[in-house]
Amino acid sequence: MTLDHRTDYVRHVRAGIAVLVYPLQYLVSMPADFLDWTGETLASRESLQEQNADLQRENQALRSQLHKLTFIEAENRHLRELLQSSKRIGERVLIAELLSVDLDPYRKQVVVNKGHQDDLLYPGQPVVDAYGVMGKLVHVNPFSSTAMLITDPNHALPIQVNRNGLRAVAVGMGSEGLLELPHLPNNADIKEGDLLVTSGLGCVFPAGYPAARVTEVTTNPSLPFARIVAQPLAHLDRSREVLLVWPSSETLPEMQKPCSFAVEETP
Amino acid sequence: MNTGKHRGGWLILFSFVLALALTIVPLPAMLELFRPEWLAMVLIYWCMAVPTRVGVSIGWLVGLMLDVSRDALLGQYALAFALIAFLTLHLHQRLRVFPIWQQALSVGLLVTLECLIVLWIKGLTGQSPGIWKMLVPAFSSLLFWPVIYLLLRYMRRAYQVS
Repeated sequence: MTLDHRTDYVRHVRAGIAVLVYPLQYLVSMPADFLDWTGETLASRESLQEQNADLQRENQALRSQLHKLTFIEAENRHLRELLQSSKRIGERVLIAELLSVDLDPYRKQVVVNKGHQDDLLYPGQPVVDAYGVMGKLVHVNPFSSTAMLITDPNHALPIQVNRNGLRAVAVGMGSEGLLELPHLPNNADIKEGDLLVTSGLGCVFPAGYPAARVTEVTTNPSLPFARIVAQPLAHLDRSREVLLVWPSSETLPEMQKPCSFAVEETP
Repeated sequence: MNTGKHRGGWLILFSFVLALALTIVPLPAMLELFRPEWLAMVLIYWCMAVPTRVGVSIGWLVGLMLDVSRDALLGQYALAFALIAFLTLHLHQRLRVFPIWQQALSVGLLVTLECLIVLWIKGLTGQSPGIWKMLVPAFSSLLFWPVIYLLLRYMRRAYQVS
């Protein structure tokens, strides 16, 4: 147990047993998948048409925004070239599905149906969904991996306030499914409704992904720090599909190579 | 292993697999805390019923499976299960003649012990969820023990596991 806690030597033993457990996890998650599938198959023609029309509208709206975005990206790259700083390159992503199985009820973890047989995954890899940051991988097994969600009490996420760039650390609160921002002074410039994005410090998550929205700021003059609670933007308990991200070294902060160790791990 | 003497190994294996499946099947968040320790109960039953076949080493292996499927520290459930297997082997002759409610209490105690060991290891690694939350499964295991016991005894007699 000490070996597992402190070092990485028993990783292969864990991976071996995980291969044995995976069929069972797959089997257990099948009824939920089957329900999804029947729901999709038996959906009526009208609702499908309606959904199709909705999606087309949304697609058009998004596409027009994307055009703007490519323009802004090009402009950004140009400006960065003028400033002679490294340019930002898009990250590589892989779509994975969650298996509907329960793990330890006291921690916030999920099982993903991709392992190192599928791609070059590595522990510590960021997991995001369409709405925001979900967590990061903690164990990569041959056919499946486990990810720790950002609401796990052992998880801390370096973030910054999108409005003014104020940096902080968002620590998971466990069963409540919320995040807490400890050690911010009472006079910190943070309000309810502020968007928190990843800051990229810590060299695990690429900078700029939306993470959470502040829901509660309580200042008590008798306490040294304000109590700040935020709601994760990712649909932690609803998303079925997640994205595994390979951050490119360029999206990590541009100091004097602070993240060289993280980049070495990244294939 | 002497196949002429030992029969029904597949039933033991199947019951363990089913218990593991019940352990990871998704439940609503409210009920999740109350999930009984199915694997521990099945292990206790087999240790009690066929102590010559299921023992500490099987307990340890089953615990390892649970470690991986719960993504816990490798070995924490293995240690706890090996210990409860040992205790059940030690007490199996007394447990067998207990009336069922007394058995249920003993099982509750054994599962409490398992939970406490896991809690202790979690505390050491800095992720303790709080003692009362950890002891809820012991209580629900106590309630479910008669079901498990009667079901497994029926199966064991029907398939003559020895």
